[in-house]
Amino acid sequence: MDADSLLLSLELASGSGQGLSPDRRASLLTSLMLVKRDYRYDRVLFWGRILGLVADYYIAQGLSEDQLAQRKTLYSLNCTEWSLLPPATEEMVAQSSVVKGRFMGDPSYEYEHTELQKVNEGDKVFEEEIVVQIKEETRLVSVIDQIDKAVAIIPRGALFKTPFGPTHVNRTFEGLSLSEAKKLSSYFHFREPVELKNKTLLEKADLDPSLDFMDSLEHDIPKDEETGAQRVKPKDTVSVKVLELHSSGMNWIVK
Amino acid sequence: MEDSTSPKQEKENQEKLGEARRSWEGKTAASPQYSEPESSEPLEAKQGPETGRQSRSSRPWSPQSRARTPLGGPAGPETSSPAPLSRREPSSTPSPPAPARQDLAAPPQSHRTTSVIPEAGTPYPDPLEQSSDKRESVPLHTSQSERNTFQQSQQPKPHPCGPRDVSYNNAKQKELRFDVFQEADSNSDCDLQLPAPGGSEGAPSMLETAIQNAKAYLLKTSSKSGFNLYDHLSNMLTKILNERPENAVDIFENISQDVKMAHFSKKFDALHNENEMLPTYEIAEKQKALFLQGHLEGVDQELEDEIAENALPNVMESAFYFEQAGVGLGTDETYRIFLALKQLTDTHPIQRCRFWGKILGLEMNYIVAEVEFREGEDEEEVEEEDVAEERDNGESEADEDEEDELPKSFYKAPQAIPKEESRTGANKYVYFVCNEPGRPWVKLPPVIPAQIVIARKIKKFFTGRLDAPVISYPPFPGNESNYLRAQIARISAGTHVSPLGFYQFGEEEGEEEEEVEGGQNSFEENPDFEGIQVIDLVESLSNWVHHVQHILSQGRCNWFNSIQKNEEEEEEGEEEDEEKEEPDYIEQEVGPPLLTPISEDLEIQNIPPWTTRLSSNLIPQYAIAVLQSNLWPGAYAFSNGKKFENFYIGWGHKYSPDNYTPPVLPPVYQEYPSGPEITEMDDPSVEEEQAFRAAQEAVLLAAENEESEEDEDEEDDYD
Repeated sequence: MDADSLLLSLELASGSGQGLSPDRRASLLTSLMLVKRDYRYDRVLFWGRILGLVADYYIAQGLSEDQLAQRKTLYSLNCTEWSLLPPATEEMVAQSSVVKGRFMGDPSYEYEHTELQKVNEGDKVFEEEIVVQIKEETRLVSVIDQIDKAVAIIPRGALFKTPFGPTHVNRTFEGLSLSEAKKLSSYFHFREPVELKNKTLLEKADLDPSLDFMDSLEHDIPKDEETGAQRVKPKDTVSVKVLELHSSGMNWIVK
Repeated sequence: MEDSTSPKQEKENQEKLGEARRSWEGKTAASPQYSEPESSEPLEAKQGPETGRQSRSSRPWSPQSRARTPLGGPAGPETSSPAPLSRREPSSTPSPPAPARQDLAAPPQSHRTTSVIPEAGTPYPDPLEQSSDKRESVPLHTSQSERNTFQQSQQPKPHPCGPRDVSYNNAKQKELRFDVFQEADSNSDCDLQLPAPGGSEGAPSMLETAIQNAKAYLLKTSSKSGFNLYDHLSNMLTKILNERPENAVDIFENISQDVKMAHFSKKFDALHNENEMLPTYEIAEKQKALFLQGHLEGVDQELEDEIAENALPNVMESAFYFEQAGVGLGTDETYRIFLALKQLTDTHPIQRCRFWGKILGLEMNYIVAEVEFREGEDEEEVEEEDVAEERDNGESEADEDEEDELPKSFYKAPQAIPKEESRTGANKYVYFVCNEPGRPWVKLPPVIPAQIVIARKIKKFFTGRLDAPVISYPPFPGNESNYLRAQIARISAGTHVSPLGFYQFGEEEGEEEEEVEGGQNSFEENPDFEGIQVIDLVESLSNWVHHVQHILSQGRCNWFNSIQKNEEEEEEGEEEDEEKEEPDYIEQEVGPPLLTPISEDLEIQNIPPWTTRLSSNLIPQYAIAVLQSNLWPGAYAFSNGKKFENFYIGWGHKYSPDNYTPPVLPPVYQEYPSGPEITEMDDPSVEEEQAFRAAQEAVLLAAENEESEEDEDEEDDYD
């Protein structure tokens, strides 16, 4: 959620039960403004909260002018002081995939994972147990990255690509109509496209290169992975929540 | 451009007036409305300083000129410079061209706003009184007041014109103004900013034709799309001016695209559109009914009744506390749920009601209310499990009824464990659900132990429809409403906690012989409860106790001994019972009694089952203690020392560090005693049959041969 429209977005997202307490909200608003100034980001988004056993991580992301560029992720334990997280690498993701269970809530906590590794000593090959320490910070980074890659979505038309390359927020985007909002094809994955090149030429002919430069949600497998749950507000706005189930907790609100 | 301070500039501005009008030619056609707002603003803004100036006769145009300056265009200088020149000619000359131009000017100007006109117009008469052209100027104003203001506003004079015109200022101002007006009117139409020719009538006509040509070109309809550039540009500029986006030039192409797309939307459809029954409207209507509850008969008396009975919980208060903890639905939704609960308590005879929580589903969500009916007002129960039992018996009977030749199977369906009576154990409360506040509340059926047992083994998301089938392995006996009820029972048993001492056991009611749990079923509020410090609640889990009975593996809270019912097969029954009794006995121990502290809860893989927090670290004196369950993510409890409340919001699943794997199918059951009757044997193949037949024939032949041989032997003997 954009730092500017944080309160409104929180209200809309409250249907799933997760919200922020007043003191967190207040401190978020102020601290995100400061983060934006200090790190000179174009936009700061409040990504969400990861629950831990002892404490929760509050995650924010900063974007530069180019919307599709790598986002800088920051975390905080108290919504006041933010620390930058390193960008995710493949290695990190692979390493953290072996860790299961809840997050502790302490970024310096280390998970121990014993691995059997074959060690060659001379002619003999024997297996040694190596205990690999994985820091919780690493795990945090990779989890955020995985969630983003899998489920970050954006409605079609909200971003457009200029011939120069950078992607911009489309200020003439007025939202999706009700019927469009129910269709999965009007949403894209908010990441570098993976499947676009696999499309046939016929399909590509229908696409508008300035708007359709990301993967659509339509072709995600399994087909019923994402469902549209409609929640209606009494005024004339309609909130459509697309719930990403396999991460059980990511909600997107389109108003 | 707004150099209102120096007199020179003021004069320049006046000159710019005329220039602006010329230069405006190129602009007005494309953006008829465009210049107006801008012009009106500067005009109005300058009314103040301008009126001050009006005392001087030469000043009346300054506002307009200033107004025009912002809109100045490149053509301004060119057009304006010849203008004064031309105007120096006898004053009569302006009149012929003026009307001609006025014709041109008329159409686009007709829709100009006239807000500025009166103000702009007033200064004019003053300076013009002295000029012979005054009468022309006045009618000009009146008739073309719109156009004037428009033109004036739309003719911002660029600075380049200034210096050139300074020389003309002094003597010619009045004439200039007048001329400028007339010419300005006529020039409004021109798209192009052609330099105004020097005053002769031939020049305007060239200018005119050039303008008309350009305009015709712009109006040419595209063969592909049916648009023309003129309209498109005017639409675009209209849109930009109305919306005033920042950095419009950067998103210019997008705006252009949007305008083109907007052309395809239906503007006027001859077909009547019925008011679309958007789902939003439907739900809004239903929710409106919630808000109209107050208008019942006998309002006064009802109010008293309501206040007296107090079955309705204070949902908003609990929501406030939960919000401190960062949990809960938004205020609006909570209030609507509150009203829906009130509706529930009004329509049903309810003793106590509590907002249990919200269970999320794929298509729709469930809002769950935990309800206790008044004594003796239980609703009738649907007899479902009897049917199930009959079915089981029926199958075994069917087997027996068939031919006796069939082997009898060992299989006996396990005795269905009967559900607990209502108001006891897992069925202590009745639950109502609805999808949205405003929709009717549906009562969930009571839960059967078998359902709980199987619900423990499966993991399915709720769809939101109560009649949806639950397809799973092991097969769930029931549909989604039963599964929902089972999960609610499990969650309540696992996560409903209260501060130690809040509840206490009631008076001893004598020993209970039937059930041997060793615990009490009932509890009641402790009137002497003094509250526990919030800090204590956070630090130690032993200050919280479960106040809902634990559900045994059997699926019930109170142990049901199925042995007593089976008196027929004692031998086998005893064996089985013995096996059952031991786990039974162990079960008794493991099933913690009521009001055990939650510090006794088991851990999951080294993760403590509960997490405690203070709601706020910044203001600890007013913070509340918040308990989060790690076993059932989404279950929360809070307490501020004296008050407490439990809440669930989530998907309705237990936490498991590993992904769900369905249970493995059991091996095929040995139903029948093995023996030759049921042992499978291969059918003899053709060769075997033939061999068998051959063997049989051989035996026969052998028998015959023996006889024949004997005969032959006898015959041989004779030889």
